Amino acid sequence: MISTNRRGFVAGVSAAALLTGIRVAYAQKKYDDGASDTEIKIGHTNPYSGPASSYGVIGKAIQAYWASVNDRGGINGRKINFITYDDGYSPPKTVEMVRKLVEQDKVLCTFNTLGTPTNTAIHKYMNQKKVPQLYVATGASKWGDPKHFPWTMGYQPDYNTEGQIYAKHILANIKDAKIGVLMQNDDYGKDYFDGFKKGLGKDAGKIVKHATYETTDPTVDSQVIELKNSGANVFFNIAIPKFAAQAMRKAGDIGWKPKIYLNNVSAQVTSTMQPAGFDNVQGVITASYLKDPTDKQWDNDADMKEWRAWMAKYNPNGNVGDVNYIFAYSVSFLMEQTLKKCGNELTRANVMKQAANFQKQVLPGLLPGITVSTSPTDYYPIQAVQLQRFEGKTWKLFGDVMHAESS
Amino acid sequence: MPSFPRKWLAVLIVLAVVIPLLHPVIPGLVSNYRLFLVSTMMIAAIAVLGLNLLTGFNGQISLGHSAFYAAGAYTAAILMDKFDCPYWATLPVAAIVSFIIGYLFGLPALRLEGHYLALATFALALAVPQILKYKWLEDLTGGVQGIVLSKPEVPFGLPLTDDQWLYFYCLIVMIILYWVSANLLRSRSGRAMMAIRDYHIAADTMGIDTSLYKTVTFGISAAITGIAGALSASAVAFVAPDSFGFFLSIKFLIGLVVGGVGSLAGSVVGGIFYVLVDNAAQALSTYIKSDLGLQFDLSAYTIFGILLIVLMYLMPTGIVGGIYSAVRRLRRG
Repeated sequence: MISTNRRGFVAGVSAAALLTGIRVAYAQKKYDDGASDTEIKIGHTNPYSGPASSYGVIGKAIQAYWASVNDRGGINGRKINFITYDDGYSPPKTVEMVRKLVEQDKVLCTFNTLGTPTNTAIHKYMNQKKVPQLYVATGASKWGDPKHFPWTMGYQPDYNTEGQIYAKHILANIKDAKIGVLMQNDDYGKDYFDGFKKGLGKDAGKIVKHATYETTDPTVDSQVIELKNSGANVFFNIAIPKFAAQAMRKAGDIGWKPKIYLNNVSAQVTSTMQPAGFDNVQGVITASYLKDPTDKQWDNDADMKEWRAWMAKYNPNGNVGDVNYIFAYSVSFLMEQTLKKCGNELTRANVMKQAANFQKQVLPGLLPGITVSTSPTDYYPIQAVQLQRFEGKTWKLFGDVMHAESS
Repeated sequence: MPSFPRKWLAVLIVLAVVIPLLHPVIPGLVSNYRLFLVSTMMIAAIAVLGLNLLTGFNGQISLGHSAFYAAGAYTAAILMDKFDCPYWATLPVAAIVSFIIGYLFGLPALRLEGHYLALATFALALAVPQILKYKWLEDLTGGVQGIVLSKPEVPFGLPLTDDQWLYFYCLIVMIILYWVSANLLRSRSGRAMMAIRDYHIAADTMGIDTSLYKTVTFGISAAITGIAGALSASAVAFVAPDSFGFFLSIKFLIGLVVGGVGSLAGSVVGGIFYVLVDNAAQALSTYIKSDLGLQFDLSAYTIFGILLIVLMYLMPTGIVGGIYSAVRRLRRG
């Protein structure tokens, strides 16, 4: 009896192995977990709740983008199955959700996961598991490190360079600058601050006060008061929208009128400038790489018209003044091109290869003159910005596009 | 509560050892992710065991066990990250550190009873995440960013996956700690602990050194929960202050009460319960929002709350207590 059972078992397993082998030899297409003939699974985490929830619309917009792609027939005949989870901007939650995406939902890759502290928490894991962590929604300079982290790629211009640009602008335009800095106390804030100090060089002593805050703090009022009392006449605001708006509003309330430099991640009219109070933010300077929908100069732009049509159909309840939607549209377009270039070889390795293979790719929503270029040694897709100043109720671009392309 | 029948215990342990070994055969059912999930349930069961010893068997309420869990987790994380300590060696150190903190907290706690003790432990739970984020300790604790770690590697070249090994590692620790606790409770010390819970003044009069027992129990309870924390640092391979907030203490308490206060089996059930609900909550919330189209934001706590109310109504002595009374009624009837 035992021998019959064992023979049967061995025969069964051999047959199964043989059949699987035949099927593998047959197929020309190559798939990793999450890809098949009919669908591609993409994973995503976003702060739909918590202190960074103003970025929650990005997740919704990306969902709407894939809905429009699927309506057009998908990518190379495959529908996109976009799985997104809320991480509340909390790193431990991100670890949990991404582990679920990779091990339970078995996605092909993650895309545009948001936040510097959150992406830092999953950085090592994604590279250990060899799952692409693509176009992360953070500009920290550490995402462009193909030598040590070949599975992670950023998207937006890096914070370090942006900080340097502001520093240079201050040195060139403001005499006797006394700089007060408000900084979020994590890698994102420190990246900007390090770039800023680097840009100031030997004039780093012009920073008279450096105040920090945690994302769990309810307000930043005390920090703003400290900054005013230091006598600063320049204010470098390194904060996410909620806190950036609070800070600028408080500054206005206590009668502190410094020259404000705002980090790009909070340059949204709807989530930051409006809540801060338009009166308090006249003259604020920031760097930009996207066309702001409130800027009238783009009203007749082909890109903008296409975007507005998409908004009307797929995001009818979305705020058409919110540049987050343009951000989502542009990065999703890049992802669509990446997957398209993979053709039928939907392996994780090929996804990374295609992502590292763009030459001056134009994306809808990017400022004229700004394109995406990547290579196996250049994991920084966008490396150009243009400065803009807040006037009235919108941004006004000035100066030239500044490039910082690496090889 | 009556003790768990020996026969069933043996069966469960055998199943617990054998089923994960079937992973290569049925990877769909016994998946790496499920093994990882069960490992977190065992870690939760150990944490609730610690709380049970203090609250269930010694009558001292604690809303601050997330603090001891965090102490254990960060001790393990710092040892592994800064001192290249092997993961198994972090457990005894985490236990000692948590014991010391628990004992030191137990000393002033002697003066507090009931609500006041609850508030004091609550304060401890609130303080801990802030302490972990404190600027001066940032170099050690990694601040808000936390510390990224590696999962334990499979030893002696055994043919196991990382998650299988993690499962067995947690299983071994859990069995040892439960065996130790069972022996402790059966001994004279255990009886003294329970006497203090039931009739404090009588216990005092009988000559039991209540202060000593209470503070040492606090220490042991903290040590066990600290070991759970150290295990979680290895399992999740990441520690950050936000994971150890006050709500973690509440989850332990919910697990304790739902499982069954004063019952060792209850701690296991409680641990499994709160991990399951935590995990199911996200899926349920997504299901309600996308498939049913309702715009409710269902958080894990809402589900916890509803389930808790229902369970407390149907089974006030916890799930294990409920099962025991059901069994008794069946035997009688």
